Amino acid sequence: MALVEIRDLRVRFHSTGKEAVRGVDMTIEPGQRLGLVGESGSGKTVTAMALSGLLQRGSAALSGQVLFQGRDVLTCPREELRAIQGPGIGVVFQEPMTSLNPLIRVGCQVEEVLRLHTDLTADQRRERALEAMVQVGLPEPEVTYEKYPHQLSGGQRQRAVIASAMVIHPKLLICDEPTTALDVTVQIQILRLLKSISVRYGVAILLISHDLSVVRRLCESVAVMYRGRIVERGNTEDVFASPQDDYTRRLIAAIPTRKRHE
Amino acid sequence: MKLRHNKNFTAGAVITAFMLAVILVGMVWTPYDPNAMNGAAKMAGPSLSHPLGTDNFGRDIFSRVVEGAGATALIAGATVAIGLAAGLVIGGLTGYYGGWLDEIVMRLNDAVAAFPSILLALVLIALFGQGKYNIIIALGVLFVPSFARIVRTEVARQKSLDYVRSARLMGAGDMRVLFRHILPNIVPVLLPSVAIGFNNAVLAEASMSYLGVGVQPPDASLGRMLNEAQGYLLSAPWYALSTGAAIILLVLGFGLLSEGMGGGYGAG
Repeated sequence: MALVEIRDLRVRFHSTGKEAVRGVDMTIEPGQRLGLVGESGSGKTVTAMALSGLLQRGSAALSGQVLFQGRDVLTCPREELRAIQGPGIGVVFQEPMTSLNPLIRVGCQVEEVLRLHTDLTADQRRERALEAMVQVGLPEPEVTYEKYPHQLSGGQRQRAVIASAMVIHPKLLICDEPTTALDVTVQIQILRLLKSISVRYGVAILLISHDLSVVRRLCESVAVMYRGRIVERGNTEDVFASPQDDYTRRLIAAIPTRKRHE
Repeated sequence: MKLRHNKNFTAGAVITAFMLAVILVGMVWTPYDPNAMNGAAKMAGPSLSHPLGTDNFGRDIFSRVVEGAGATALIAGATVAIGLAAGLVIGGLTGYYGGWLDEIVMRLNDAVAAFPSILLALVLIALFGQGKYNIIIALGVLFVPSFARIVRTEVARQKSLDYVRSARLMGAGDMRVLFRHILPNIVPVLLPSVAIGFNNAVLAEASMSYLGVGVQPPDASLGRMLNEAQGYLLSAPWYALSTGAAIILLVLGFGLLSEGMGGGYGAG
């Protein structure tokens, strides 16, 4: 069974009356790394938010089906949704400055999801949090555990966010532009980290990005979104080698290459 | 925020600490009984035995200023506490949930805020009757809208931040998100408003008592005493001056604190 199956998803925001997503079909298999690319406003983030359940607050009209492990996220009662998604889906947002609560120690935030969804004791939670912090490559986890977010660098913060998403071993990690706010060397480290986590634990990754080179580095398959629709999808290398859709061609042409400067 | 290197904050802290110390000591000990009359020493000027002189009944003004400042500060504090508590709940819920609830409650809020507060307080006093506790309730109700609006705006801003979204995604319930994640993060914005609110409450209490609808004789309150003192402005100026000075110190201390915390009108 596919981990995620989206069928004819449509999202229309009440505030603007605009249809942001216009009939998206998409599947994610367990352990698959899928890149969702497109320009700002193409509907890629809205699609991911519908999947993560962050959209259902009367702000938008949704239709279609969004199945996560066979359960329809759009019609599922909230309590049930919470029980499925809390442990099942982790999210890494774009801006590591705001992804962590500035007033709570990093370690407590990494543990948060365990506190909500498991019966582990405080010591066991701490143990798991430290473990996750080691896995994401945070230095001196014992010390970092006690720190506040402002005491970490941008890259470390993003690692802490990944640790908090990973600590419960979810089935799917949604990464919304996870490296956009980071400098280039840190970007590559974070992408390597995400890949190794995905391979080691069999976690599926949905990477949302406007940056094709980031997608190419991490994902084996890619879907290209344009104006609320998926215009092209396939194996990443195939799409790069022979893009079928005109928009995809233009996107690929927009990647800066070294040759042009030489 | 480097509070220690901020002159406003330091000055405000010193003045406020001084006033609070005087008020706290005054609760257990004053040189004279604030209400004890002394026919032999009416309208005495400042002297060693009565540092701020005595009033028309021969009561020690220093003792009365201390007690009055205590009563005023207590009323102002309770007023702010009521306004803040209700404001947190109302602003928190409307800011967090938004939608029609937000629209309706905030329009009501605007309606209350549109009335001049002293006028509305007088109406409430007319309904409930005079006295210390009714003053607290009346002023407390009037202070709700300003706090509710500040809290609402901040909560609405915080709720779209990623850390809140990720807490919700992890499955934290609404109340947990609101109270554990959002409210602690709006404290920095709220503190200056609390200090300003306290100032407004001190002035409102003083005005109400001055007009005679607040604290009733023989109890002392700064506004009440100003009212009494105005009759003797020429014969016993120290009465009005010392009472006014106490009000100024109370308000100035908190005003500077608020300014130092980066708030205050205009600086916000």
